Amino acid sequence: MLVIPCPHCGPRPENEFRYAGEAHIARPADPEALSDAAWADFLYMRGNPKGRHAERWRHVHGCGRFFNCIRDTVTDRIERTYPAGTAP
Amino acid sequence: MKFSLRTLLTQGLAGHSGWPEQWRSPEPKAAYDVIIVGGGGHGLATAYYLAAEHRVRNVAVLEKGWLGGGNTGRNTTIIRSNYLWDESAAIYEHALKLWEGLSRELNYNVMYSARGVMMLAHTVHDAQVFKRHVHANRLNGIDNEWLTPEEAKDFCPPLNIGTDVRYPIVGAALQRRGGTARHDAVAWGYARGASALGVDIIQNCEVIGIDRDAAGAVTGVETTRGRIGAGKVGVVAAGHTSVLMGMAGVRMPLESYPLQALVSEPVKPVFPCVVMSNTIHAYISQSDKGELVIGAGTDAYTSYSQAGGLHIAEHTLDAICEMFPMFRRMRMLRSWGGIVDVTPDRSPIIGLTPVPGLFVNCGWGTGGFKATPGSGHVFAATIAQGRPHPIAAPFTLERFRTGRLIDEAAAAAVAH
Repeated sequence: MLVIPCPHCGPRPENEFRYAGEAHIARPADPEALSDAAWADFLYMRGNPKGRHAERWRHVHGCGRFFNCIRDTVTDRIERTYPAGTAP
Repeated sequence: MKFSLRTLLTQGLAGHSGWPEQWRSPEPKAAYDVIIVGGGGHGLATAYYLAAEHRVRNVAVLEKGWLGGGNTGRNTTIIRSNYLWDESAAIYEHALKLWEGLSRELNYNVMYSARGVMMLAHTVHDAQVFKRHVHANRLNGIDNEWLTPEEAKDFCPPLNIGTDVRYPIVGAALQRRGGTARHDAVAWGYARGASALGVDIIQNCEVIGIDRDAAGAVTGVETTRGRIGAGKVGVVAAGHTSVLMGMAGVRMPLESYPLQALVSEPVKPVFPCVVMSNTIHAYISQSDKGELVIGAGTDAYTSYSQAGGLHIAEHTLDAICEMFPMFRRMRMLRSWGGIVDVTPDRSPIIGLTPVPGLFVNCGWGTGGFKATPGSGHVFAATIAQGRPHPIAAPFTLERFRTGRLIDEAAAAAVAH
């Protein structure tokens, strides 16, 4: 089980959190202007890297807030976490 | 060497000292017509059917580790075809029909055992969903039947159908033709068959790049054992598909998760069938060696770690102990994880890619073993003919652009 440092509550066990997928995928400002391929890329295509991964977590059984996390997907080691809406 | 009673007797009298290698291990040639990246069951089956049915024999299978050392050797070997949607039912039933004749076709005992797969319903919602599956399957000519809790216990006597438990059993769906097979034998049998037809099987050879010409078409691969040319490359790399496709600049709708399994100490035959509970993520059968083979759920987050959180396995064992109280004092021997590539609609991707000459077979998620023969069969046809096999046609990468998803996620309510 991971120990995840919530930027608001400090380190807590993984089962207090819910994983929320790849981070920094912004919803296109004008979806109607997008081609089908660009829309599919936004909806479905993911980096899925083997190594450093920026991802979102939500502290559902704590402060309830989303935040971002940099984790290595080979070692599962967490490099750092930072509040939602801030750059990596 | 053909396996028969005669060869068995001859070898037995000679003290089993004369069995030959079952497949060749040649040095890679400079170029092939087709390269298959990934020496698991799906990749080896693809190579076998390319050679056996399409006469494409100048083929290499490149495997970075050893044959069947990835998800082929890490799953719980459950075989069934009772999927909801027509497209899924077609491909999994195609695979099941091939399983039924596979040992004979390969002259290699893959130990396919149609012992029945029983899927437990714990809630009213489960019961409604499974009955819908039963009816949909019957319309597709696939056997699946609804059992009351008493009938379920008749079929699987260790089952606890008491009502004073956390997850009471309200019924079950049973596919009698479902069952298990021996995972290593599937990889080895296809490797042996393919090798005998001229396919080069090259282990310890990791692909580290995909070469393309000025027009963007595939010309070969870079490997840890040098460059190998090929006009067609088929990527069959399960959890590492995103990494490989990234080498050709193709983004995939995939996320890789660890999926765990564990086995107990071996005991005498006590468990007659396969039991699955999607609701509480527990899958159990008994191997012919006597070990209970138990499958758990995936971890919550993407990872390539080939391990899983202990709390995931613990949750599964809680459920197993409640459903089968006689296993409460069994000791577990080993646990491990495999990296499964999950698509947004939980259906596989089989077919062409935006890169000419590059084909992909991936996205089998948590349930790829059962599809091994069918997957290889339709993917071989797709590569040989350069267009999707009719059964593979709905499973294109294109469907994520057109929106024609095959939503088995909603159909089964969980990963499967």
